[in-house]
Amino acid sequence: MFGLEKQDSRLLIVVAILTMCAPFILNPFPAESALAQFNAGYPDLMQRFVIFGIFAIGFNILFGLTGYLSFGHAAFLGIGSYSAVWMFKLLSYNVVPALILSVITAGLFAVVIGYISLRRSGIYFSILTLAFAQMSYNMAYSVLTPLTNGETGLQVYSNDPQYLKGDGPDVTHLFGFEMRAASELNIGGWTFDFSIGYYLSALIMLASFYLAIRIFRSPFGLMLRAIKANQTRLNYTGISTRPYTLAAFVISGMYAGLAGGLLACMDPLAGAERMQWTASGEVVLMTILGGVGTLLGPILGAGFIKYAENIFSKINENVLHSWFSFLPDGLESAVVWFFARFVGEGWHMTLGLMFMLIVIFLPGGLIEGGQRIGRLFKGKSASNNPPAE
Amino acid sequence: MDAIILQILNGLDKGSAYALIALGLTLIFGTLGVVNFAHGALFMIGAFCAVTLQRILNISYITIDDTQKDFLGNPLKVESPYVKAWFGEDFGAALIDWSVPLAIILSIPVMLLVGYIMERGLIKHFYKRPHADQILVTFGLAIVLQEVVKYFYGANPIQTPAPGAFTGSFDFGVLLGFDPNVIIYPYWRLVYFAFSAVIIAAVFAFLQFTTFGMVVRAGMADRETVGLLGINIDKRFTAMFGLAAAVAGMAGVMYTPILSPNYHMGMDFLVLSFVVVVVGGMGSLPGAVLSGFLLGILQSFASMNEIKALLPGIDQVIIYLVAIIILLTRPRGLMGRKGVMED
Repeated sequence: MFGLEKQDSRLLIVVAILTMCAPFILNPFPAESALAQFNAGYPDLMQRFVIFGIFAIGFNILFGLTGYLSFGHAAFLGIGSYSAVWMFKLLSYNVVPALILSVITAGLFAVVIGYISLRRSGIYFSILTLAFAQMSYNMAYSVLTPLTNGETGLQVYSNDPQYLKGDGPDVTHLFGFEMRAASELNIGGWTFDFSIGYYLSALIMLASFYLAIRIFRSPFGLMLRAIKANQTRLNYTGISTRPYTLAAFVISGMYAGLAGGLLACMDPLAGAERMQWTASGEVVLMTILGGVGTLLGPILGAGFIKYAENIFSKINENVLHSWFSFLPDGLESAVVWFFARFVGEGWHMTLGLMFMLIVIFLPGGLIEGGQRIGRLFKGKSASNNPPAE
Repeated sequence: MDAIILQILNGLDKGSAYALIALGLTLIFGTLGVVNFAHGALFMIGAFCAVTLQRILNISYITIDDTQKDFLGNPLKVESPYVKAWFGEDFGAALIDWSVPLAIILSIPVMLLVGYIMERGLIKHFYKRPHADQILVTFGLAIVLQEVVKYFYGANPIQTPAPGAFTGSFDFGVLLGFDPNVIIYPYWRLVYFAFSAVIIAAVFAFLQFTTFGMVVRAGMADRETVGLLGINIDKRFTAMFGLAAAVAGMAGVMYTPILSPNYHMGMDFLVLSFVVVVVGGMGSLPGAVLSGFLLGILQSFASMNEIKALLPGIDQVIIYLVAIIILLTRPRGLMGRKGVMED
């Protein structure tokens, strides 16, 4: 299908079905029940799943295939958001030009940053990309305020020109289909939301996933893997690796720009904090959590992190008290005190711990974890399949 | 001329902090080959040692003084710190006043312990893993440490004043023959610079003139051969990690009067310190110190109004800009050697 091998098309179809049915799958609990807070099937969160999925897929093309660890990818996310909002300000709320411009500007920046950073490899490359990202972040806050609106964040004001707007709607839309529009479906106690914004992002995510599969299976992808395996050897065979790494860098920068543009399409506001280096760290974590260099991994990782972020930061002490109310009083408050450190405002603590635990115990990410479990069930002895560390 | 001297002086204290952190980072990278993203957190922990000591010394008991009234007319509650009761009024007050320098005594064992636990508990398992893994795991650790500190001390910056003897400013210009009040420099920044110079000199002397330091330097150059000679190099490298942690911690303690410590101060310094290390040349200790001072001074020059008018926003990006230029023109950094940490 679409020029994919059987296994890959099966994977694509599975992902397509999962994303299309996400409003059902992610809402397993009735809306009124106590467990409803674990539902993730509302548009805002689902959009973030797929958008950060795009971001992580793109990052994986660079990090997973070539092994170059960029610590400044969030810069492209921010650049994408800013360009998209500028398109809203200048043309109209239609998302198409916004997305096109965000991909193009992110690509241009990626060419420049990549051209310079890729002259070095290893830790130097990470620091260079980090330096560029911090530079963009600092400039967005200070000098570039006319372009980025500084700390307030760039947004659309009523006196903006919007030359092509005409009678178009006042919210972001795709040729009249408003991003925020959603239809609700009630079945029994369950409520399912279907929003246009989510489905647009999901379709774009599927398209970029398809593209990523093609890249992985192409001779170009093979070349990138060769760079990761042994760059020196490639150089000795007379191949210049620079164009390949640069191409990978630009592609992943464009993915990040697309994700940033989509973020702005869902909520037309862009702030510099999207470019901070912790944001760059987050996408690295998503990719690692899912499984570096695997196709499905980054999407899984992005979904997992965003879900955890949302759920963990939502729980507060009252919720904890209601959960542990069956325990004796003294024990209950101790348990609640303990867990309260990791939820709500303590979500960052959980994130940090997650970073450590994943890198320490599961360097291959969730995909490898799944494979290990699968192997356990098949009953193969572990000695035949040493872990891929 | 006077403006230039003033900016050089202003850059010195920030430069000292960069140099001290970068020195520790380079020590760790040079000995263990580990990229430690938690080093900024060590700086932060050091700063909070000063806060802790200040709080301990200020633990008070409350007495009700009937001779004085508060604004409601009730007898005034007087808080008097225990140290004053135990050590006498004058000495107790002096102890409280000098809490920041005294915190160095507290910070050294604390930082050595923290460093030892970190190295044995976590870093040890990451010697052979790729740099990406080291970066991520220490980054995670930094977040955890930050959150722990945030839990105990809150999210707001905490004032930790310098001892009263150093609160004023020093008219540096008069010494050099300028008019008075042209070059004014706070005493504490001078102290900080002198302190960091002493620490840097001590670290270099330790590495250069002791047998222990000689073995460590030999290990940095060729770990395997040193191991083959029957020396337990890992043990010494662990000690160096502790030393690097202690240096970062002391840098943090002394920095508290300049910048009120908050839980994310480490992260703010960390990124810049990494840039400093890379500019100096990965694995080169003199390079780290030199580029620390250089970048600190450059940064303070860039924040001069005259230069900002010429190139707006340059103060925000100068360090990164310099780093990019240096890495492209001198790929090994200012003082990096061929073959050392090439990738």
